[in-house]
Amino acid sequence: MILLTPESKVIVQGITGREGTFHAERMKEMGTRLVGGVSPGKGGGQHLGVPLFNTVAEAVAATGADATGIFVPPPFAADAIMEAAEAGLSLIVCITEGIPIQDMIRVKSYLKEFPRARLLGPNCPGLITPGVGKIGIIPAQISSPGAVGLVSRSGTLTYEAMAALTKAGLGQSTVVGIGGDPILGLSFSDVAELFEHDSQTTHLVLIGEIGGSDEERAAERLRGTRLKVAAFISGRTAPEGKRMGHAGAIVSGNRGTAKSKVEAFQAVGIPVAETTDQIVELLKA
Amino acid sequence: MKLLEYQAKEVLQSFGLEIPPGRVARTPEEAAAAAREIGPVAVKAQVPVGGRGKAGGIKLAQTPEDAAVAAGQIIGMEIKGFRVPLVYCEGALDIKQEIYLGFTVDRDARANILMLSARGGMDIEAVAEETPDAISRLYPNPWRGPLDFEIRRLVFAAGLGDLVGPLTKVVRLLYRAIPERDALTAEINPLVVTGDGRVVAGDAKLETDENAAFRHKELEERYSTVIEGDQYEVEAKKRGLTYVSLNGDIGVIGNGAGLCMGTLDLVQRAGGQAANFCDIGGGAKAEVVKNALQVILMNPKVKGVLINVFGGITRADEVARGVVEARAALKMKLPLVVRLSGTNEEEGKRILRENGIEPGDNGWEAAQKIVELTR
Repeated sequence: MILLTPESKVIVQGITGREGTFHAERMKEMGTRLVGGVSPGKGGGQHLGVPLFNTVAEAVAATGADATGIFVPPPFAADAIMEAAEAGLSLIVCITEGIPIQDMIRVKSYLKEFPRARLLGPNCPGLITPGVGKIGIIPAQISSPGAVGLVSRSGTLTYEAMAALTKAGLGQSTVVGIGGDPILGLSFSDVAELFEHDSQTTHLVLIGEIGGSDEERAAERLRGTRLKVAAFISGRTAPEGKRMGHAGAIVSGNRGTAKSKVEAFQAVGIPVAETTDQIVELLKA
Repeated sequence: MKLLEYQAKEVLQSFGLEIPPGRVARTPEEAAAAAREIGPVAVKAQVPVGGRGKAGGIKLAQTPEDAAVAAGQIIGMEIKGFRVPLVYCEGALDIKQEIYLGFTVDRDARANILMLSARGGMDIEAVAEETPDAISRLYPNPWRGPLDFEIRRLVFAAGLGDLVGPLTKVVRLLYRAIPERDALTAEINPLVVTGDGRVVAGDAKLETDENAAFRHKELEERYSTVIEGDQYEVEAKKRGLTYVSLNGDIGVIGNGAGLCMGTLDLVQRAGGQAANFCDIGGGAKAEVVKNALQVILMNPKVKGVLINVFGGITRADEVARGVVEARAALKMKLPLVVRLSGTNEEEGKRILRENGIEPGDNGWEAAQKIVELTR
């Protein structure tokens, strides 16, 4: 398992909100060590049976937390990520969708001061280590413990693949949703590398989509891996965006297309599934 | 939001950049009046896509009469799915040199990138591919913006040292689009050096971040109503749906962007063509399903609909009830295939069958079914 282990102590930022409450409860239900919540102005109180704090720093001092799930609204989410990094948390999972991109660019620059802090997301479903815990919104009932690592850009497609794996008797070590935004924390290759060094993981599934070139880089990183890998790329038939200006094309050239990603995987001997159901066949082959 | 050329130029001018004289015209008469005031003009279609020159959306007019004729031809034209609502009549420049200047988000570097090249103009993408060194690049610190010496270094690297004074100023002014308007792309191509040595924005592209619209209400109010996009996309946006029109005849609804894109792939693989991309988000609530169906059914080309929902936290039986309700409320007669999966899947399928809706066991099977039913 990677990132979230039985030792992880987790807090939730935005725990008193509707989404925060709902998902923190599900996290607790499946056994996640939820040690507190942050909700500015409500410090000193209790919610879902855990103590509330005004700031992340206070929560860390009182509980020894090392991981957080962020469920605060988009205008405040960038600040919440930076607060978590500054307070010394090593795993920051941001579920919030719709954070302004320039906010995230500033966050990425700020995080360079905190090399220990790993950001997952934003706009991601989070991660789950079956039988241990989860941070985020991945439904626990479709997971089962095992040796397949799964990393994905999409939410529902991740669930779909998980459910197919579970049904086929292939449990998961950890399932990680890196998120669909243009500016992300952990990349495919970061997560693939963590799985590579995790002794429990023997198989790896990568679910990518068009745009950016994280998939291409992950393919290169996985050249000669000890893991048995299968990939899937969604958006193969998506039409080219109604583009204006040249800046995007100058930066990305031909990278980022489904074709470029499929070829990158095939070039290092990683088979690419045509449908999500085929992923299971490729792993078992 | 992708701003139209005249809107982008208005924004750049408000930052202090020089633009050529120009007037917006909604009728041939207004175009003639603009030409009387400015002299010979280029009459330019205002649409938020590239390639309007090739589509016949830019015409040169020597006289007010010519301008009126050109405007009459261009207004109302359709360019890549956008009806042209108005034209921009712009005076010609005495061009000595064309420079490329642009900012965009480099997602691999997780940063803004600023690019400058002495070889601006139409062929900049070819320049980037064939001689990447002809474009100099800078990743400014997002907290403080580019420093003067960094910009100078960029200008000299691009071989534009004799313009270091005016270009440093232009870069600084254009950069304001990022902190002040949440621009994702801000591009001036060509940035024109005129015979008398002025530096003028010949064209302008500006795309702002929809996620940041909450802090730029003025921009939205001033500009968003002018753009006349695809009618179904406009309708979907009003209802808060993520929707993109496509050319086929099979309506597609999915929850989550990845799953939805994957569904389009499956439809194509089964030999069909999707009419749209419609992501109803993780939850897939009944009301949202109904809204999405309503928009899709407005399109007369649609011969059938495929719904592909993975119910993670939302239960599949709830989604099934939502679909049944929506179909009844809309009196929908077209073939409908629903693929449901996740919690309470069997109960969900039973509800669908009882109501005469085809359930699909997996996405691939469902895609084949809807293609068959719409043949």
